[in-house]
Amino acid sequence: MNKNYFEVIRPGINTTFQDQGRKSLYHIGIPFSGVMDNRNFLIANKLVGNEFNFPVIEFAYQGPQLKYFGDKINISITGDVKFVLKKSKDVIDGTCYKSFTLENGDELDIISTNKSVYGYLAIGGELDVKYQWSSCSTNTKANIGANDGKKLAINQKINILKINENLSHKNLNYVNTKIENIRVIKGTNFDYFSENGKDIFFKKEFIVSKLSDRMGMRLEGPEIENIVDTNIKSEGLIKGVIQVPADGNPIIMLSDHGTIGGYPKIGVVISADYDKLVQLTPGSKVKFKEVDLSSAENLFRLYDLETQNLISQI
Amino acid sequence: MIKNISNLGDAALYCDFGKDVNKDTNTKVIRYFKSIQKKNILGINNLTPSYNKLIVSFDLKITNFKTLKKEIENLDLINSETISNKRIEIPVCCDEQFSLDIKRLEEKLKIGREKIYENFFNRDFFCYMTGFIAGMPFLGDLDKNMRAKRLETPRVKVPKGSVGLTEQFANIYTFESPGGWNIIGNTPIDIFDSSKEFNPNLINPGDLIIFKSINKDQFLNYNE
Repeated sequence: MNKNYFEVIRPGINTTFQDQGRKSLYHIGIPFSGVMDNRNFLIANKLVGNEFNFPVIEFAYQGPQLKYFGDKINISITGDVKFVLKKSKDVIDGTCYKSFTLENGDELDIISTNKSVYGYLAIGGELDVKYQWSSCSTNTKANIGANDGKKLAINQKINILKINENLSHKNLNYVNTKIENIRVIKGTNFDYFSENGKDIFFKKEFIVSKLSDRMGMRLEGPEIENIVDTNIKSEGLIKGVIQVPADGNPIIMLSDHGTIGGYPKIGVVISADYDKLVQLTPGSKVKFKEVDLSSAENLFRLYDLETQNLISQI
Repeated sequence: MIKNISNLGDAALYCDFGKDVNKDTNTKVIRYFKSIQKKNILGINNLTPSYNKLIVSFDLKITNFKTLKKEIENLDLINSETISNKRIEIPVCCDEQFSLDIKRLEEKLKIGREKIYENFFNRDFFCYMTGFIAGMPFLGDLDKNMRAKRLETPRVKVPKGSVGLTEQFANIYTFESPGGWNIIGNTPIDIFDSSKEFNPNLINPGDLIIFKSINKDQFLNYNE
């Protein structure tokens, strides 16, 4: 019997348990999965005193509504998120990047993300979730990971095995910024595209399509013309690869992507831009900007340093 | 043996073994894959072997393209003879209930179903790669007269265990999934078992597969 738990009153649209994902399984067809926005994940955990790779609850657009039963516990929410806390008679507007304490009977209503897609709820303690291949990350397409590989459902419970003892409050001064230029390295099939197609890719605006999820982000814009072949022999994919199928519209591979694909690769999003890329809402306008490998590596070092700095401020 | 190593983005190596898709090229890919896997090189996250490519993805916090390229170029390859390839028999039932596209195959290949089954059963298939969905094996090569294109409109749901054909390859749907391959039958055995911590997939790159025909009774009463 678990005496400390959350009850799911409303699960939200796409609410799953995630951590940093599972390694070394691409060769059998299991993607990395894991949180979409790594920085916000790390910050959420640090705010409630968790170890860096503890599972969190990731939500998209609309978050869950949860009622808490048990001893005092700290939680935090990161991202650009609107939420309220219902404590007996009071309804308190929530603030992101700040830990606060829930008591027996309190309700947390994560209403929506604002100008972004993903938000994170960290719970200060150890959650009772299933690990598969060293990760609890939920892959709803293959039903792998916590919660039998499924999204959170109405009336289910989130059981807590152990609550962190330290209930002091922490906060961080941080504002998410929106990306407009996605920096990319040319892909291995860049020369499959016509001069005009290459020009379009780097100069024109693209719009994020509604048909985007944890597997991939589809973009719409002027057609990128292929002059060699719209198929390649199926080969491995990684996060951030931009494939262009026969219709000429780019698709960016995200955390739950299929491990093998047969469309030409025009580019790959640099690692430093991944967290911000995934937060682009449908309808957002973006441009691709070319960088070389050594710049991409430097930009990642900067991104990582900035992340470490933020975490050390908590 | 690798024709060229380039970078795929900032966190992966793209090892190109040449244009050809055949067993020889793929055997080289698998030899590199197993050699790198065995060496446990710091920072490597994932290895994805395919017909003629090997993608090595890594954690940019730990290592980088230049360092790993050097490591892979100077890699001691494991002896081909020590690579253990299994020989696995897969029972397949081609009852009408499971052989969803047999009529289409007869039309496209212009040969009767008896001949199609004869060309499919009791011969060696080589596992080129596994993936796309968890544990799905890509097995080759089908005879030249057995090569059909994908369905014009892919199925929204291909039943678990379905065995499909497309061009020179056969595959097995390890769980229900969308897909466009020509379904010839269904296997009662679990090709992918997610409850296994080690080796959840029955078939690995380099293994030899032989399909064995079973009837519907044998299918329904199949015990592993």
